[in-house]
Amino acid sequence: MNKLSKASVLYLILIFILLYAPIFYLIFYSFNSGGTMHDFQSFTWKWYKELFQDTRLLVIVLNTIIVALLSASIATIIGVFGAISLSMMRRKRLRNTVLSLNNVLIVSPDVIIGASFLIFFTILGIKLGFVSVLLSHIAFSIPIVVIMVLPKLQEMSPTLMDAAFDLGAGWKEVLSKVILPYISPGIYAGFFMALTYSLDDFAVTFFVTGNGFSTLSVEIYSLARRGISLNINALSALLFFLTLLLVIGYYFVSKRTVRRHKPGVNK
Amino acid sequence: MTDALRHMKVHMMKNKVNWYTIPYYLWIALFVIAPVVLIVYYSFFDIEDQLTFSNYEKFFTPVYLKMTLNSFWYAFLITFFSLIIAYPTAYILTKTKHKQLWLLLIVLPSWINLLLKAYAFLGIFGTYGAANEVLDFLGIGKQQILFTDFSFLFVSVYIFIPFMILPIFNALEKLNSSLVDASKDLGASSWTTFSKVIFPLTIDGVKSGCQAVFIPALSLFMITRLIAGNRVITLGTAIEQHFLITQDWGMGSTIAVFLIIIMIVIMMLTGSKKERGIR
Repeated sequence: MNKLSKASVLYLILIFILLYAPIFYLIFYSFNSGGTMHDFQSFTWKWYKELFQDTRLLVIVLNTIIVALLSASIATIIGVFGAISLSMMRRKRLRNTVLSLNNVLIVSPDVIIGASFLIFFTILGIKLGFVSVLLSHIAFSIPIVVIMVLPKLQEMSPTLMDAAFDLGAGWKEVLSKVILPYISPGIYAGFFMALTYSLDDFAVTFFVTGNGFSTLSVEIYSLARRGISLNINALSALLFFLTLLLVIGYYFVSKRTVRRHKPGVNK
Repeated sequence: MTDALRHMKVHMMKNKVNWYTIPYYLWIALFVIAPVVLIVYYSFFDIEDQLTFSNYEKFFTPVYLKMTLNSFWYAFLITFFSLIIAYPTAYILTKTKHKQLWLLLIVLPSWINLLLKAYAFLGIFGTYGAANEVLDFLGIGKQQILFTDFSFLFVSVYIFIPFMILPIFNALEKLNSSLVDASKDLGASSWTTFSKVIFPLTIDGVKSGCQAVFIPALSLFMITRLIAGNRVITLGTAIEQHFLITQDWGMGSTIAVFLIIIMIVIMMLTGSKKERGIR
């Protein structure tokens, strides 16, 4: 392997500083007793204490987590069966059409998804709030689950299913004992992606949420529009570590499943 | 077991599973097809619920055309700067020892809530923020950074860089390194090797990176509001404005229809031929 030139290393370091500096800047000032994002005065836990006493915000955090877990779970179930259905389609044209429809929400800009869902819910008379937000999150998470699961299904050899049938398995057993275990890395990946999509979403939620219901992103937006408050900094520090834990956790889970499946997969 | 019997069993499985796939197809009908149809339908109604083409006429007036052009220009600049920063980064990354780890670290900031990153820049670019302190130190003096085109472009590029790096990195990884060696052996300079071998062979990654940046950049509205004040109006801001502030859903839908059309055109332009063949 060629050794990297000094300039390359410097460039990479610069990029890393650029990417991480704003995040650490936020976290750094969350400990500022001065109450502003400049002129660091003295170290304090004040903003964190305030954060944990703010019941309204805690409810919003809880809402966000509930929506994320529920929407990711439901989207994963629907998406897995969607992917199985797609993989069983023999007619190529039909499959391509369904796949294109599947991908529409992945490539659509958030504003369009949000605006069109707003019209949709209003026409159906669904009250804007928890239900509309949950339905929207399920809706934009399904395609990503399908995309994560489909390659696993396609690399699965059809003889595996034939063998199971030959050995007398019913379709339920084939599904639960052959197909689902085989595609489980894809399912985990899909669930994880759905979770992060939901936690991260701002634009779609902003459109379809009513007055009574709010998620973290929407709340941060309305707080930030009013100006700087170090409570947001404290919150972002906590979120940063939560994200870090999630990503590291996912990294290890995916590594473990890869190792477990290696003898069978042998790519 | 005979083949016929096996075939029957697989077929039966398909039928049984079909029941479980109903929610998926319901989703396609209700959340993919219906919303697009509704957007198009609403674009033909004005604010008094009258069936009309006036929204489309309005879209072709200088006000809206200028906004569309502006939005394009900003999206182009954002994509361009993201690309010239991301390509070298991706290239150097593929040469590092633990490249997957470094890639993970590059992508990690993109998992962090977008709002928080935008909010960070409210502090950094503020009147007393770090950026102004640096400028002061350099003797340039304090500047108004927030609520300018510069701050809008900077923050947008900051947010989109990881999305540009990822596909380019993947394309570079697939590149057969012996081709690069061959080019060098045949006496090509580094620049020729790059422009005649490396770049053309990774153009698919560049295209999908541009697609991943350009379309969202056209429809940004949160960053424009927070960082650019109300100075920059993109197609996204205009849609949000019409839907949530002036409640003129018809005009908002019309802009959305054009955004969808633009999106399809861009996807056709950046979609690689190879991929189309496989699908």
